[in-house]
Amino acid sequence: MIWDPFYECMDPEQRAELQVRRLRETVARLNVNVPWYRDRFAEKGIAPEDIRSLDDLQHLPFTTKDDLRDTYPFGLFAVPPEECVRIHASSGTTGKPVIAGYTPEDISIWAETIARTIACGGGTSHDVLHNAYGYGLFTGGLGLHYGGERMGCLVVPVSGGNTERQLMLMEDLGSSILCCTPSYALTIVDQAEEMGFDLSRIDLKSGLFGAEPWSEGARESIEERLGLSAHDIYGLTEIIGPGVSAECEAKGGLHVFDDHFIPEIIDPDTGQQLPPGERGELVFTCITKRAFPLIRFRTRDISRLDYELCECGRTQPRMERITGRTDDMLIIRGMNVFPSQIEEVLLKIEEVEPHYQLVLTREGRLDNLEVQVEVSPSMFSDEVRKLEAIEEKIRERLSSAIGIRMDVKLVEPKTIERFAGKAKRVVDKREEA
Amino acid sequence: MTSGDILAKQVSVFLENKSGRLAEVCQTLGAHDINIRALCIADTSDFGILRLIVDDPDAAVDVLQSEGFSVGSTGVLALRIPDRPGGLGEVLEHLQAEEINVEYMYAFFITIAGDAVVLFKVADSVLDTTLGLLEEAGITVIPGQEVYEL
Repeated sequence: MIWDPFYECMDPEQRAELQVRRLRETVARLNVNVPWYRDRFAEKGIAPEDIRSLDDLQHLPFTTKDDLRDTYPFGLFAVPPEECVRIHASSGTTGKPVIAGYTPEDISIWAETIARTIACGGGTSHDVLHNAYGYGLFTGGLGLHYGGERMGCLVVPVSGGNTERQLMLMEDLGSSILCCTPSYALTIVDQAEEMGFDLSRIDLKSGLFGAEPWSEGARESIEERLGLSAHDIYGLTEIIGPGVSAECEAKGGLHVFDDHFIPEIIDPDTGQQLPPGERGELVFTCITKRAFPLIRFRTRDISRLDYELCECGRTQPRMERITGRTDDMLIIRGMNVFPSQIEEVLLKIEEVEPHYQLVLTREGRLDNLEVQVEVSPSMFSDEVRKLEAIEEKIRERLSSAIGIRMDVKLVEPKTIERFAGKAKRVVDKREEA
Repeated sequence: MTSGDILAKQVSVFLENKSGRLAEVCQTLGAHDINIRALCIADTSDFGILRLIVDDPDAAVDVLQSEGFSVGSTGVLALRIPDRPGGLGEVLEHLQAEEINVEYMYAFFITIAGDAVVLFKVADSVLDTTLGLLEEAGITVIPGQEVYEL
């Protein structure tokens, strides 16, 4: 089923008019309410009334992750924070996270786009939605939760972890839709097999998997082993969270809910818009949000857009699954991690010298991040427990600052590979699942 | 003689648990004509600390450092202990009576006139107390300079 045929199946020309009107209104509102944007619009010499067609979008300034850091926490809010009812956060490139605010209206828009997402995955109000995305500052848990309730599903807010209990609940409650990261879906399968749990006891019909890139191979494996239809869903906290785009039953790309978020593909080096079908950096402009509507936010995700009509009946353009990043951001167990965040923490620990390396591996189905730190003269001790205490200190500081568990390993000096004097910071040994 | 002179300088080297590293340390020392007299390794699943008594500890620290190893030196006590059942236990009993904690210990390969030579590490804060106790108990501490020549 299609959740909102009026918008999702709207004639593209008619929708373009709607987008232009919403874009102009958003720019006008930002021009009044957000000094940072007012200055940027003035620099570009663009006024709200200059926006007459979607072509004018490219005259608007970009918003980058660095801009979010510079305006932390509320600098880009278009309403006073007290008008918001919720915040979510995602990783910034250094210590401070990105804070996104939501008014009641924003929460409602989000619930709608998630309801569309669930419908893309074949969901209806009769479904039992097993939501194993993490609840908290991360947008996955609460995003799917509100959308599931909007649709009328029975939502099981199980959050992440404790796979044995997840299996029990799925069986006992008759869960029909599984929501989690694709790697966690594979973990559930592996653990079921280890426990001798017969997966035919659970009766899932579809899965909404996102928050990390995954391959066709992973899709086939999940579909075969869990006996469901696996759908890719996409979103990011800066734009709203999940519910930016979702894959329908045709599985030929993810429909972008562009009556709320206008997508563009640009050349990441020149910033120029690329023609439809070309691969480049994905950029989104929010045209309906109240609290935190970003203009031309550069996602750093690599994709391309397909404006051909889809067999499902939706007229909204489709984005290709994310094929890479333009920066060094790592996605570890669905969480965004920047090497610069880790470096910042390490350099604050007095014993640590700035020679470190991040080694990513996949243990079973789960990503594992090992931080290797060279032993400096100031760190060295001939007592094992003192070195272990330093390892523990680094591990604790990193976990509390970044929010995910990681391993720390002390290594000998000068053993981390250096390229032309610069150390290679990230070694990704994760293979395609 | 100050407590600094009585201590034997132990050379400690940080080693990752990977094959060949121990050999490299030994080869480096051999190439510089430095002889290993006693050693032990403390290890975890990730790394180890190689502790060495050599005939020229200062030179050993220099050459290992220049080879890029993380190296330190630590003062340890070399005790003469009667080479008979219960010999070591009696020494430890003296220390235990004063609640002196031995952080680690290991033995020399050779004996002196039938006595074993065992290396002890105690915290610097209890070093003087320990030396006093050992003297009272009639246990010989071999001065560092003599240790290197054993």
